Amino acid sequence: MKKPLSFHFFSFVCLLLIAYQAVEVCAAPGSSKKQSSYELMTAENKAMQDDSTLNPAMFWVGDGETLWNAKPSSNKSSCASCHQDGKKTMRGVAAQFPKVVNGKLQTLEGQINQCREGRQDLPKLAYESKDLLALTTYIAIQSKGMPIAVKESPANREALQTGKKWFYERMGQLNLSCAQCHEERAGLKLGGSLIPEGHPNAYPIYRLEWQTLGSVQRRLRNCMSGVRAQQFEYGSPEMAQLELFLMWRARGMPLEAPGVRP
Amino acid sequence: MKVIMHPPTIQSRRLWLTRFKNMSFLLAGAWFSPLTVFAKKEDAAIAIQAITGGTKINQGRVTLVIPPLVENGNLVVLKVSVQSPMTATDYVKAIHVIAEGNPLPNIFTAYLTPRSGSANITTRVRLADSQTVWAIAQMSNGSFWQGSAETLVTLSACTEAI
Amino acid sequence: MSKTSRTAITMPAQAKKGSIIEIRAIAQHDMESGFRYTEGGKIIPRDIIRTFICTYNQVEVFKADFYPGIGANPLIIFTTIATETGVLEFKWSGDDGYEATNQARITVS
Repeated sequence: MKKPLSFHFFSFVCLLLIAYQAVEVCAAPGSSKKQSSYELMTAENKAMQDDSTLNPAMFWVGDGETLWNAKPSSNKSSCASCHQDGKKTMRGVAAQFPKVVNGKLQTLEGQINQCREGRQDLPKLAYESKDLLALTTYIAIQSKGMPIAVKESPANREALQTGKKWFYERMGQLNLSCAQCHEERAGLKLGGSLIPEGHPNAYPIYRLEWQTLGSVQRRLRNCMSGVRAQQFEYGSPEMAQLELFLMWRARGMPLEAPGVRP
Repeated sequence: MKVIMHPPTIQSRRLWLTRFKNMSFLLAGAWFSPLTVFAKKEDAAIAIQAITGGTKINQGRVTLVIPPLVENGNLVVLKVSVQSPMTATDYVKAIHVIAEGNPLPNIFTAYLTPRSGSANITTRVRLADSQTVWAIAQMSNGSFWQGSAETLVTLSACTEAI
Repeated sequence: MSKTSRTAITMPAQAKKGSIIEIRAIAQHDMESGFRYTEGGKIIPRDIIRTFICTYNQVEVFKADFYPGIGANPLIIFTTIATETGVLEFKWSGDDGYEATNQARITVS
């Protein structure tokens, strides 16, 4: 018995719908919409980030501006000696890090220390020290609202692949990878808290848990201790590779620095 | 007019059951967390007593706003508003905020004047645990008024180990 | 030697006489509660801002006592009546000789 035309039409439409759904599911990650953990915060905490009269991180911006312009001593140069007005020259800079500079993969903190040692003849600043956080925050706020511009390039390809490996590899006594929580289970809950996608699009952040401002490396070390893994050292190549992958993964998202997080 | 009255036996049984239920909750709470149930509430009561000197506290006129669910207890936005004309003869002299569940119940005291214009204060406080927070307003005529707010404080899932 | 830190004041620069203005005052301070321990198990001593005072042309119009339950980098938002043109002065004082001041001009018409 021959099937009616309406049957063929109906099944064709169904096939189209199924095909459309399949394409959606198979869409490459990174091209679908990314969610900032800002969306998961309460209204009060969002307001704390958005309003500069309420955001405690603004103190670090002020400290950073002072440090930027201060001459360490009469015969040494300040940041401003080379880079002039940071508000102009540092615009868009933080959104490009980590990047390969003179053959070495540098995070923003690493680059600041490279300038201090290499150009200013000053000792490196310790990670999470007040001064390094202040300078990082001052530079990062100049890119506030700008899209994260970390792209894959021949120079960073290998480091990016290694960073990707860190993200997808299981680690620690709990034997969990970053991806298992932040990609597979983003949006679900862990102990009453919503699991974010884990984009570093707001760093440096004033974290309520720390009751102070801190860097993305501090947060990554927290994650690693959370799964009882040996933490990457501050300023290590592994840390830079992971940070590079995470910023590449967050590419296109606006930089919210300096952010507030719970 | 027809009035339905329950016989005395049902009334007293209901009363007894209610009392038993309340006592059970108190005992269960004390079993699981004796310090929370008894000690901190006592400290809060002592702190409030020190403020009022035993004067009766009226309910009302004071509105305390804290988020009902707190993501992190280290920094919680707290707003207190007191209804008052704020004139030279009728104004709020002081607002005291007491947290029942904190190791130290006193959080802050704000001293206002007729020049304040309004009795609205916003600050950010630390809340150690899920609890009730009290705001006690002392008026220029010596009377005390109170309001309260309850909140649930959650902790972050991944702990920091430095 | 007393220690100090940054503070920030947010309030209108102009106001109508008799109107109520909102003032936001925030200080950079860890507000060490005295309830935390070091890794070695020793108590970290309390070190907080204790008092905040606002004067308007030298007349005290607002005061607040802070206890360890106030969050780090303490913020207080309060109101005052714009009575006359002049200077509002803000003073924070606390443990270990901490003192910080700030001021803001207001033009009242």
